[in-house]
Order: sequence, then structure tokens, then C-alpha cells
Amino acid sequence: MQDFTLTNITYSLLLATRWTIVLSLIAFVGGGLVGFLLMLMRISPVAWVRLPSIVYIEFFQGTPLIMQLFLVFFGISVLFQINLSAWEAATIALTTYTSAFLADIWRGSIEAIPQGQWEAARALGLSYFKQLKRIILPQAVKMSVPSTVGFAVQVVKGTSLASVIGFVELTRSAASISNVTFQPFLVFSIAAAIYFCLCFPLSLLSKRLERRFVFE
Amino acid sequence: MGYTPNYSVIFNNLGFFIQGAIATLQLAMTSIFLGLLLGILGALGRTSGNRILNGIAVAYVEFFRNTPFLIQLFFFYFGFSSVGLRMTAWQAAVLALAINFGAYSTEIVRAGIEGIGKGQVEAGLALGLKKMQIFRRIILVPALGNIYPALVSQIVIAILFTSVVSQVSAEELTFVGSYLQSRTFRSFEIYFFISLLYLVMVWIVKLVAYLVQRRFFGFMRYVR
Repeated sequence: MQDFTLTNITYSLLLATRWTIVLSLIAFVGGGLVGFLLMLMRISPVAWVRLPSIVYIEFFQGTPLIMQLFLVFFGISVLFQINLSAWEAATIALTTYTSAFLADIWRGSIEAIPQGQWEAARALGLSYFKQLKRIILPQAVKMSVPSTVGFAVQVVKGTSLASVIGFVELTRSAASISNVTFQPFLVFSIAAAIYFCLCFPLSLLSKRLERRFVFE
Repeated sequence: MGYTPNYSVIFNNLGFFIQGAIATLQLAMTSIFLGLLLGILGALGRTSGNRILNGIAVAYVEFFRNTPFLIQLFFFYFGFSSVGLRMTAWQAAVLALAINFGAYSTEIVRAGIEGIGKGQVEAGLALGLKKMQIFRRIILVPALGNIYPALVSQIVIAILFTSVVSQVSAEELTFVGSYLQSRTFRSFEIYFFISLLYLVMVWIVKLVAYLVQRRFFGFMRYVR
């Protein structure tokens, strides 16, 4: 029988934090890749290319993340008769969630670029994708960095919901430890402190980047 | 072997779903109202110029914005009851949602307060407007109009976040879904239908918000 001292609890929670970090990174990278494609579709001049991305973004921004996790974990497994592990389900759900928000953030930065930039690029005889790559994206990326970093905080916090489908990360392990030790006050305080240490630096960074951008 | 979705589970339990949706809306409205009060208090603290009040407000905002809502909920429900402060799941849910919404709305309201131009007030004085007119037409309405879009998107997020309180068995829409799912195993149909219900609720809120904006703050498009 393991004895639960304060150091013991903290150590176990820190071990579980690894999976929170890994899942956040996967969700952010996966969501970034899918979100970039979505954003390209969303700003396309062609209506039927735009439409699917609009529906996608509307659905994943308009429904709770917890529902999306349930839909993937329970729903997909009965619909396609495949058993998804908690890892796979959490990866899929968090990627789709992240991509919908990132696509919208990035679309916002691209639309903030003055129309004249597109026109000038076109006047130089660049193709659509070259206009985007050489002229528009470099400016838009700079503008979108603060809000992208800010959204990373939402992703880290979002991974805590993966605990509801049995993914063992910080929140899940805090719940289990609190069940064993009967010290929920202590355990959830430590878990909250760990999350704070992950998220607060990102929030500060986002705020600092934003300020620098304003003064430029 | 393929799976054939069977939507009779939806029609047979329609009353349940509607009850759940109403409970979700009640939960959202109560906690958003209380949260907004907290947010106004927080914003007054942030802009008071008093270092202690400002410090308290900053700590409040940063703590609740940088920790997951689920942890906050567990903390209120399990943590507080372990030190003798017992709450029902519903009370803990309202408390956690209100405090969380309060943290986000503090920053939104603060931006509104700080966005009021001093020059505008002086211009109003120069035009010979009465004090009440200045407060209403130059300070209050434009400030509300400025924070309105951010507030609406935060309200939408708050509605979606009420789903998390199903994890402490507060009985709202998501809880209804999990309950029916455990009895019928029609997980895809149930969760998909509930997702659509949330989507419809969000759309209604956005539509009302748009109409309100056009009616009350429509003139602000010309100001900019």
C-alpha cells in the first residue's frame, strides 16, 4: 500500500502533467495543420470551397468540446464499429476543436490585411498562391502570433476535458488521487497550481507580443 | 457488419431533451447574470487606482483564466465539501460558472471603461449637454456598444461550458445525454442530436444579440 504524502501527491501529479503537455502539443500541431488548410478554404474566392469550411468551423465552435469528445469516443466507435482508444479519440476531438478556432483566428488576420496589398500583388503578375505566400501570409502571420499564443492557453485547459473519456492526464489523475486520499481540497489545489504554471507564462507572452505589435 | 442509426431514441425521449435544454439555459442565464455582476465589480477594482483592490482583481482574473474550468468545478464541489462547505451539484455548478465568467468579463468591462475618451466628455460639456445626458449618451451607451461583441462571444462560450457541469452530475442537457446513452447505448444519435441542440441555442443567442446590437448600437458604425 502506497502512502500518500504531500511530496508523493505532487510527484504523481507532475508525472501526469507529462500527458497534459504531450496532448496539448499534439492538439496544437494537428490543429494548426488542419486549421491552416481550413483557413485556406475559408478565404477562397470559390464558394463551394468555402462552404465546407464554414460548416466545419460553425459546428466545432458552436458545440461544447465535451460533446465532441463524446461524439468521437462513443459515437464514432458504434457508427464505424471501430474501437478508438482514449488517446485516439482525444487526439481527434482536440485537433478538430483547435483547428476550427485557429482557422478563424488566422482568417481574421488575413482579412485585416488591406485589400490594396492583394491588388498590388496581382498587379505584379503573381498567381493567387504566390500572392498569398509572398505578400499576404508574411504580414498576416506576424499579426496573428499574439492571439495564436493566447489560444494555446485554451488548448492546454481544453485537454483537461479529455479526462471525461478516461484519458489519464493531470485532471484525471487528480480526481483518482483525491478519491484515494480523501483530500480533494489539497489535490485539486496542487493540480490548479500546475495548470497555472503551464498557462500563465503563455498568457503573459501573448499579452507582451500584443503590446509590442501595437507599438510597431 | 454496418451500423444503422436509429433515431427513435430521440423522438421517444424528446421531453427529456427539452427539459435538459431548459435546465442548461437556466444554468447559463443565472451564472452569466451573477458573473457579470462579479465582472463589473472586478472591473471597478481594476480601474479604481487603488493598488490593493487592483491586485485582488488581477489575481482573481489571472487565476481563473489560467486554470481549466473542470478543475475549478471539482475544487468547488469536492474540495469545498471536504472542508465542511457542502453544496449541491447545481449550486457548485452555478458558483463555478459565475466565478469563471466573472474573470473573463472583468477584462471585457475594464476595456469598456478605459475606452471612453475624455475628450468626448469635454466635447459634450462644450455642447452644453446636461450631466445625465453626458453619462447616458457619451459614457454608458458607447461603452456598452464597445464591449458588446466581446461580451456576446464570451456568453456563447459560457453556454457551451455549462456542459462541463454534467461531470458533477448537475442535471442539464449533457447529463441527460449521458443518462440516456447509458440506458439505450444509442450514443451516436444522442450525442449528435444534443450537439445540434447546443448549436441551435448558440444561434438563437447570436441572432438575438445581433438584433439588439442593430437596435441599440446601430449608430456606432458611423462613429468609427
